[in-house]
Order: sequence, then structure tokens, then C-alpha cells
Amino acid sequence: MSNLRNIALAAVLLISRAMPALAASEADFEAAYAAAEAAEKDAGTLRNQWTTTEAELAAAKKAAAAGDFDAAIAAATEAEALAKASIFQATSETERWKDAQIR
Amino acid sequence: MRVGMLFQSGLIALALALLAQAAPAADAPDPAAEAKAFRDYFVKKFPKVKLDDFVNGPYSMNEDMRKQWQEKEQFPPYEFALEAGKEMFATRFKNGKSYADCFLNGGIGIRQNYPYFDEKEGKVVTLELALNRCRETNGEAPYSYVEDEMASLTAYMAFTSRGRPMDIKIPNDPRALEAYENGKRYFYTRRGQLNFSCASCHVQGPGERIRAEILAPALGIMNALPIYRSEWSGMGTTSRRLITCNSQTRAVPLEPQSDEYRDVEFYLSYMSNGLPISGPGARP
Repeated sequence: MSNLRNIALAAVLLISRAMPALAASEADFEAAYAAAEAAEKDAGTLRNQWTTTEAELAAAKKAAAAGDFDAAIAAATEAEALAKASIFQATSETERWKDAQIR
Repeated sequence: MRVGMLFQSGLIALALALLAQAAPAADAPDPAAEAKAFRDYFVKKFPKVKLDDFVNGPYSMNEDMRKQWQEKEQFPPYEFALEAGKEMFATRFKNGKSYADCFLNGGIGIRQNYPYFDEKEGKVVTLELALNRCRETNGEAPYSYVEDEMASLTAYMAFTSRGRPMDIKIPNDPRALEAYENGKRYFYTRRGQLNFSCASCHVQGPGERIRAEILAPALGIMNALPIYRSEWSGMGTTSRRLITCNSQTRAVPLEPQSDEYRDVEFYLSYMSNGLPISGPGARP
């Protein structure tokens, strides 16, 4: 009985390793893209968007249109990180620019 | 006694109030003093460069480039734009009026006064903006701010001002000072993924190479515009120059003639007051 249980457990483990992870869904992409887009919109309000963020957003859309949601999510996640970095830059420059001024 | 003390403390309060009014706030901008400091910085950094020569950008910083430029100036690459601009400027609009009707002195020899702060509008007006407003007022479609027509027109107008000292005024209007301050902020603020400000290249790096290019000093940089750039194989307006600078730092450019671009042009032009107009220029 115990042997049987061990065999069953080993089989389950083997099967789970052999099966690829579930592919990302369109809904996962939509969520990742919406988060990236919202961050980029905030960067736009601060007048500090980056061309690289825009490029990643475009790449995410293109991959999603081709049905490659894994790549689309990766690009959207990258876009969100870039947009957040541009927001950090803009907010940290609010006063810091004065340090560079010729006096 | 008590009345005397009251009188004395009243006098002190009055004196303090008067002093507070007379003394400028610690961080209030003083454009004239800032322009002097700006100029002094470059003069000290490049003691061999004559003041008026800063308007020649990288050629004032590098002898080899200067020689090449002087040879190129025998047959300047902006000559076609200059001819086209002259012709365009003289051509009447469909309503019979012309550009000359929109500007003081018929538009000749006025480049050094642009951009100016329009107290009626409460904003900075650049030469490119004024030209398009002139077109629209006379029933013509505006030109693109980054294409050849605008570059040709401004090239011709700059040419008629060559040698005249830049003469930008900041009127006694808090909005004008605010526009100046906004322009200054834009100039020194880092942006784009490469984390560059305008000053990173044109204050900290003039004379240095960035890839194959030698960076121009910020002092006098506006005096040479518009420019023919060999890299573009064509002419570029001030708008195009600002937009390209942004893209090169991986920042999404703003729309041409946005408040920020107008203000930074105002600030930089004011910094170069007294230096001669040298536009149209030619750059690698």
C-alpha cells in the first residue's frame, strides 16, 4: 500500500516536471499592460516619458496581437518598470536641478 | 513712558516691514546676475576663446573643425535654404499681404529680439511661432515646425540680423520672470533614460566628444540657429534641435512650441544677450 502511494507520488512529480508551465493568458497581459499604461500616463503628467517605455509598450501590443502573451507580459512588465523609473527621475529632479545651476 | 515704548516698537515694526519689501527673497531669480555668472563660467572655462566666438559652437572649441568649417563656409551648405527663405519671405499671401506686414521693420534685422515675452498673452513668443501666427492671421496654413519651409524662413531672417547682438528683454511682469525660471528649470533638469539635462552636454561637456561629435557651449548656442546639419543632410529649426536633443537622451520629445520649449529658448537666448547673431549656422 505504502509502495503504491510512493509510486503514485513519484508519478505525479514526474508529470508535473514534464509539463510546461501554463502559458500566460490574454487577461494576464491586459492586467500587466494596464498597469504599465497607467504608470506611463503618470510620467506623461510629469512631462517626463522615456522613448524606451514607449518602445516596450509597443512591443507588448505587437506580441499580444501575435498571440504571444508570455512575451507581451514581459514587455509590459519592463515598460512599467521603466515608467516608474522615469517618475522617480522627475520627482527627484524637482529640486535637485538647482544644484547644477551656474551661480 | 509706556506711550514712548509703544511708539518705539511701532517704528521698529515699520522699519522691518520696509526692509522685507526692499530686499529680494533669497531664492528670487536675478536674471541679469545669472546671465553674468553664466557668461563668466564659459569665459573662465575657455580662456582662449573670444567671447563673440562662442556663437560658433564646436568650431570655437576645436582648431581642426574650425579649419574645415572655414573652408565649407566658402560654399555654405545652408545657401539653398537662404535663397528659398528670401523668396518665400518676399512672396505675398493670397490676401495680398506678406510676412513683412507682421513684423517690426518689415521683418528685416529683428532676429536678435526673438523670443520675446508677450505681456498681452502672458507667454513667450518665438520667431517660429510668430511666423506661423502671421501665416494663420493671413489665411495660410501653418508650416511644420521641424521641416524645411520654417528652417528656410528663419534662416533668411537670421541672416538679415547677422552680427547684431542678441537682445532679449524680460519685462517687469511676474509672468515673464516665471517663464524665465521655467526655462532655466527645463535647461538644468535631467530627463530621459540616459539621465541627461541640456546642461549635462552644453555646460559640463562643451569641447568634449560625445561619440563623434564635439559638444557646443550653451553660451551663444541659440545665436547660430537655424542650422544646416550634415548629420541630417538638411536644415533644422530650433524646434527640431530641441526635439532631437530630447530623443538623444531617450526622452519623449514634447510637442513643438510647447511652453517648456518656448521658455528654454527664452532663457538660453537671454543668457546669450550681447553675443552676435551668427545664424544660419552649419554643423557636422
